Amino acid sequence: MAQTMLEVDNLATGYGAVQALKGVSLHVDKGEIVTLIGANGAGKSTLLMSICGEPRARAGRVLLDGEDITARPTHEIMRGGVAQSPEGRRIFPRMSVLENLVMGAQAAGQDPATQLPRVYDLFPRLKERQAQRGGTLSGGEQQMLAIGRALMSRPRLLLLDEPSLGLAPLISRQIFAAIRALNESEGLTVLLVEQNANQALRLAHRGYVLVTGRITMSGSGAELLARPEIRDAYLGGSH
Amino acid sequence: MAYALQQLINGISLGMIYGLIAVGYTMVYGIIGMINFAHGDIFMVGAFISLIAILMLISGGMMEGPAAILLVLVISMAFTALYGWTVERVAYRPLRGSFRLAPLISAIGMSIVLQNFVQVSQGARVKPLEPQITGGVELMREGNFVVQLSYMQILIIVSTLAVLAIFTWLVTQTALGRAMRACEQDRKMAALLGINTDRTISLAFVIGAALASVAGTLYLLRYGIADFFMGFIVGVKAFTAAVLGGIGSLPGAVLGGLLIGLIETFWSAYFSVQYKDVAAFGILVLALVFLPTGLLGRQEVEKV
Ligand SMILES: Nc1ncnc2c1ncn2[C@@H]1O[C@H](COP(=O)(O)OP(=O)(O)O)[C@@H](O)[C@H]1O
Ligand SMILES: [Mg+2]
Repeated sequence: MAQTMLEVDNLATGYGAVQALKGVSLHVDKGEIVTLIGANGAGKSTLLMSICGEPRARAGRVLLDGEDITARPTHEIMRGGVAQSPEGRRIFPRMSVLENLVMGAQAAGQDPATQLPRVYDLFPRLKERQAQRGGTLSGGEQQMLAIGRALMSRPRLLLLDEPSLGLAPLISRQIFAAIRALNESEGLTVLLVEQNANQALRLAHRGYVLVTGRITMSGSGAELLARPEIRDAYLGGSH
Repeated sequence: MAYALQQLINGISLGMIYGLIAVGYTMVYGIIGMINFAHGDIFMVGAFISLIAILMLISGGMMEGPAAILLVLVISMAFTALYGWTVERVAYRPLRGSFRLAPLISAIGMSIVLQNFVQVSQGARVKPLEPQITGGVELMREGNFVVQLSYMQILIIVSTLAVLAIFTWLVTQTALGRAMRACEQDRKMAALLGINTDRTISLAFVIGAALASVAGTLYLLRYGIADFFMGFIVGVKAFTAAVLGGIGSLPGAVLGGLLIGLIETFWSAYFSVQYKDVAAFGILVLALVFLPTGLLGRQEVEKV
């Protein structure tokens, strides 16, 4: 029986009068890659952020390894083994690549010196650029940096928000390959948000479909890929 | 020539005091985007704490030598830092996430509270302090005009440089400094990396207040007076320095402080002592109109 790493139970939240999530339940098992697909504005980013406590849940619970983290401050959740590469990457533009990476490790209590080689192995490009300011990187490099920075904390659970957005197909394939490699070599557990449903469903063990704040479908990656409504809505019907 | 050189020395030592205060304005602005109007009064509190410490040391017969000055500085930094921390905790943190003007109004209120508190507890009269550090080094002589670098000015220059060196190291090399810069660039992301952003903001206030207290101590020793209202004018000048240097820029704050000190000193020396404050305010207006991003400020936030 697989061990549940993340359990989101009937989570509801929003911004002011906007109800962005209306009771979302999902779970991610240890060692799994789970993807969450959905149209723009469905609430995917809100879900990842709300797992991290910002915006706070208005109803429902978030459990990490069975522990209720719903009411914890964001920084405690992140020190407790969750890391996120957020929407828009949010690289610190006026810090060097190296400093961005060190930021990933320092608060989580990891030694940057031991974590850096792992990240540089995965993304050698970052090593070449380590003295450069974050704001001067290309989109693909920034995405690598955002993921690398998240990995510096040695998370149990990695949350990735649209890592392929705006990237050339070749770069986005590299990023997906890196995610798979991490999952296979380290058993890293990943919750991946994507609009690029085709690639995401091929990579993931399981997937969920989010439509305006509610989960409407779930299943294995292959199952969801085969569903006609998914093909029409998220794959452009051309695959 | 000799006269100008003397003004240069005076201007730099005054400017360093402004720079120390300006760093506190700019640091807080960088991290939480507000002008801490109570910062000038924190400087005033720092001067008063030093005054009390000095008077106690004098009455104990221990106000002798550099060790005593250092002790006064440390005492003043510690207590003033506590004031800075408290101001943030009581008046600003509860308003975080409120509308933008709220902390600004609260800061003006805090400024009045600090002034009235000192006025009531210490009295409204100007407190004199006899010179503690006298004498100096004669640099040059032109006719009967002597250019002198006083020991007091040496103390100002040396201690400011030392404090700023430690501060620079802290900001650029330490985990706390990185966390502060991260909060300044993207506070939400800093939290997503496990940074306790409230604590980091508190520490920025603590550090800013400690720097202001060094300025307060030096100002007290240099000019030999303290009163509850002294933080206003000095605070506005330091704020002007921060704007002139580019609000949010730490080197800019120091540069702006030096420029304001020099302009004020030369203005007083060659034009009018009475109107020296007008010069500073005039620069504030000119800077806001013609150079709103300041000398070392960023033209625009970098797009990511
Ligand atoms: N900061 C915000 N303030 C107000 N509304 C927001 C904010 N962020 C997102 N929303 C709204 O919440 C809903 C979900 O947005 P989001 O989670 O970003 O969707 P997705 O990531 O799936 O594109 C949308 O209706 C969006 O307009
Ligand atoms: Mg999104």
